[in-house]
Amino acid sequence: MAREGIHVERPYERLNKDQVELIHQASMEILQDPGLISFNEEAVNIFHSHGAEVESLGGDHRSWHVKLPEQLMTSALKSVPKTVTLGARNPDNSLVMNGDQPKVYLITGSETNIWLDVEFPEYVHKSDSSKKIRVPEFKPRRGMVEDLCQSARVCEHLEMVDGFIRNVNIQDRDITPENKDVNKFFASLNNNTKHFMSGLTSLDQLDNVVRMAELIAGGKKQLADNPIISFITCLVKSPLQFVDDTTSTFIEICRRGLPVAVSSSPQAGTTAPIKEAGIMAQINAEVLAGIALGQLVKPGVPLLYGSVPVRARMDTLSDSYGAVETSQYNIDCVQMARFYGIPNYSTSGVCDSKIPGQQSSIERLFSDIVVAMSGPQYLHCAFGLLECNSVFSLLQAVLDDAHFKMIKHFLKQPRVDQTEIESVLKQIRSVVDTPQKLYISHIRPVLRSGEISGLYPFEGSGETDQVFELAFDRMEELLAKPVQHIDEETTARIFAEVPGILPRLNVYERGS
Amino acid sequence: MSKDIIAALKENVIQGRKTKDDVGIDDSLADKPGVVELTQQALDDKVAPQEIITEGLTAGMEVVGEKFSNKEYFIPDMLASAEAVGAAMDILKPALESAKVETKGKFAIATVKGDIHDIGKNIVAILLKGAGYEVHDLGIDVPEDTVVDFVKNEKPQYLGLSALLTTTMTEMGVVIKALDESKVRGNVKVLIGGAAVSDEFAREIGADAYCADAFAAVKVLDSYQQAKS
Ligand code: B12
Repeated sequence: MAREGIHVERPYERLNKDQVELIHQASMEILQDPGLISFNEEAVNIFHSHGAEVESLGGDHRSWHVKLPEQLMTSALKSVPKTVTLGARNPDNSLVMNGDQPKVYLITGSETNIWLDVEFPEYVHKSDSSKKIRVPEFKPRRGMVEDLCQSARVCEHLEMVDGFIRNVNIQDRDITPENKDVNKFFASLNNNTKHFMSGLTSLDQLDNVVRMAELIAGGKKQLADNPIISFITCLVKSPLQFVDDTTSTFIEICRRGLPVAVSSSPQAGTTAPIKEAGIMAQINAEVLAGIALGQLVKPGVPLLYGSVPVRARMDTLSDSYGAVETSQYNIDCVQMARFYGIPNYSTSGVCDSKIPGQQSSIERLFSDIVVAMSGPQYLHCAFGLLECNSVFSLLQAVLDDAHFKMIKHFLKQPRVDQTEIESVLKQIRSVVDTPQKLYISHIRPVLRSGEISGLYPFEGSGETDQVFELAFDRMEELLAKPVQHIDEETTARIFAEVPGILPRLNVYERGS
Repeated sequence: MSKDIIAALKENVIQGRKTKDDVGIDDSLADKPGVVELTQQALDDKVAPQEIITEGLTAGMEVVGEKFSNKEYFIPDMLASAEAVGAAMDILKPALESAKVETKGKFAIATVKGDIHDIGKNIVAILLKGAGYEVHDLGIDVPEDTVVDFVKNEKPQYLGLSALLTTTMTEMGVVIKALDESKVRGNVKVLIGGAAVSDEFAREIGADAYCADAFAAVKVLDSYQQAKS
């Protein structure tokens, strides 16, 4: 059983057919001229053995110029699976994605450094002590592994979250580059039964992480059938460069046959052209090159077309996810991925704002609505993320969940068919015939069916805005809810076979 | 036997099923008789009208009120129950009259001259009827003469006026003055409501009460009942 997702019958598209074709052609040309620069030798050899023109470049770092002929690309892309299944600890939480079908799954992410605590101090009016208000006070601090556990727990209970990408960078004193991967995987998997995706900090840890997943899934074959974990690799550094270490990681994950999102994040204005046609032609070339490499390593390995295009801020030249163009680029990418029939990993909801508030709500809702309407299959929609993905707030995640419920409702298909028309005609005739001429009694049959949307869940009583207070109560409620941890026996095996997991994460040995 | 009918009546009021064709909150009573059929059956079985009202209808409405306060019920549920009770009261009216049972009283309601808004007025009418009042709806755009004539001839104890426009709310004062001049103001309690009006305005024009919504109307009228007893 897979999660339901949001079916978008008629996805919103910006590009017409000719424009899609033009971008595709431009990408193919880019891959031949100027081609890619690869800092990873193995990728160069793989491409070379399949007919790419390769030329070694001088300089401090070893690098190669790789020209990918269109024919190589076309044949490599033939083996990309159109349907990708991402499993889950609870198989009912699996995600089944088809590249041709605009069904949206909503996913958390990314790896934030800062965790935002929130408190609600009460302020009393100076001259009238009967007047009091409670205002949220946000306190940033470094994210810890316990925060990741909490986030995973809350996301387990947030109805609209379909999958979990680790959203807290764990920076405890005892976390090292060597044990970071096993700890972030264990903390997440142990507190959340949805699909788990993460980047890998160290390639050395890949097999430990895979072993952990095998133990949880019940064995090698079980993991292949129900891939409870997947990876995201940003092997591309825009413009058009393959990074050495991430490319190695990517190749190794592909060899093991586990699902990977191949992502590129060019910034229009700095690392990509500021023009829509330009950033589109480039990002499409970058992602396709990564996907082609994966298919050459292991034909049929499940990959996602990962697009994180963004526009530069003109005041600082840092990312501006709040810019409306960022949403335009993302929507274009969804369309390009659908053109190839490859499931798309897209981005929305990332905001420039530093704290939950009006700016964050406006920025994220804007992109959440429009990008969801375009029908990406795997939407990293930044639950709880602030300040361009560097800050995580559980309070914001709770708000986002509520807003996505509204978006899901909005994207429901209209019900207009012959039976419906007949039934409403009957209703209209009978109501117009009554003295009061009110349809109220006809509300009841649909009142509890989920057909009509609910009130805004954080509506305050009286004249004050209580959104944050009410969302905070909800957050506390969710934090107190238990989650289904990995069972005791499996936990013991994981701790015995996978080195480096912090003993304090073992829920069965905490008390003793 | 009569106990079963009364219990079924109460349950149907809670579910807001006026007739056997109505859906309730759930399907549990599907195709079974609703409030109208049960009330008739109770009368045929010679159950006292008083008992039908207190043990069946009012008892059911009390539960509905609780569910509404607990946010389990919405306004459409409340209105469905009120309409069902209203229909039952119509059936019981002749029996109540012949048994000389004192009812809660007559309530006339109108949207004042120049104003055609009637959604709120209709809701007030449905709910008050469901609360056991005999409701006379005089309609919309009603001139003061019509109101005064009705008060003189039909002798309602209560009069409700609705206005939603700042330009028509003054009509309410005109009606009250006309009642005064016709020497019937003392016979009737005047309640006013609608988006344009307020407590302050009610005092200004000499109305007896302002009601922010239909529930307030039930409360105010019921408080007059208690004052009576
Ligand atoms: C729906 C509506 C209409 C509908 C009316 C349909 C109908 N069948 O009634 C239509 C489209 C026809 C309409 C027309 C007009 N409307 Co209009 N309308 C509204 C609206 C949006 C909602 C009113 C409503 O039904 N509310 C829902 C019900 C359930 O609430 P309610 O009426 O307040 O009733 C509750 C309580 O007030 C109370 N209550 C009400 N009456 C009574 C009476 C008693 C005795 C008691 C105890 C309690 C009580 O209990 C009720 C139930 O809880 C209001 C906006 C608003 N804020 O009210 C404007 C509003 C009232 N309309 C307005 C206007 C201007 C007009 C028009 C003049 C527009 C035009 N230029 O043509 C015309 C009026 C024509 C006329 N001569 O009356 C303005 C009035 C501004 C003002 N000057 O005061 C409003 C406030 C909108 C606005 N902000 O501009 N309107």
